[in-house]
Amino acid sequence: MKLLYFAWVRQKIGIAGEEFALPQDVSDVSGLVEVLAARGANYAGAFRDLGALRCAVNQTHSGFDMKITDNDEVAFFPPVTGG
Amino acid sequence: MSDIRIQKEDFDVSAEIAALSEGRIDIGAVASFTGKVRGDGDLMALHLEHYPAMTVREIETHIAEANARWPLMGVRVVHRVGRLQPGDNIVFVAAASAHRKDAFEAADFLMDYLKTRAPFWKFEERAGGDGDWVAARTSDDDSVKRWR
Repeated sequence: MKLLYFAWVRQKIGIAGEEFALPQDVSDVSGLVEVLAARGANYAGAFRDLGALRCAVNQTHSGFDMKITDNDEVAFFPPVTGG
Repeated sequence: MSDIRIQKEDFDVSAEIAALSEGRIDIGAVASFTGKVRGDGDLMALHLEHYPAMTVREIETHIAEANARWPLMGVRVVHRVGRLQPGDNIVFVAAASAHRKDAFEAADFLMDYLKTRAPFWKFEERAGGDGDWVAARTSDDDSVKRWR
């Protein structure tokens, strides 16, 4: 799957995106977050407060309970501040 | 009919407005909004980033909703990205309709959704080199609730 990080999520993790193999026992965004947060201090820092995070699955705003597969594109970012 | 552009370059407000009603005599109202970088203390610049694969699709969704709610004859959205300095244009939204109220309301609606749903983020560059990400405002969330 493809993972994308924007704004301070990108800065904390240190990369703008990556290819990632979704573990077979993970079926939703929350599960993905748990796996990612365990990958190191940079990930743990980015995913510490889910209340400050938003996500999109396949370029559509989604909740953390959204079901995902290994073919999806998942993006993590703070609440948007355009306009 | 709608026109969405995400670009680094500046835009010409009067040209954007003129393009909406060019060659048409049925449009009685064009309402537009231009957002600009407001100089604030030691603010040197805003850095705008976005999620290219999602941005246009998200804006199209809200334009479709505006078209369903008001009898619009054209919509135009221009949003800049990159490094913008105080006084620079950031965003332009315009809606054309037969009548004033529909054009005003649609432009207002689209700005509320641009601010709260379109995947853009602002970083404030301060004098001395430090800076911080702009936090989302609850007043923007409150504003968008008017349309539900």
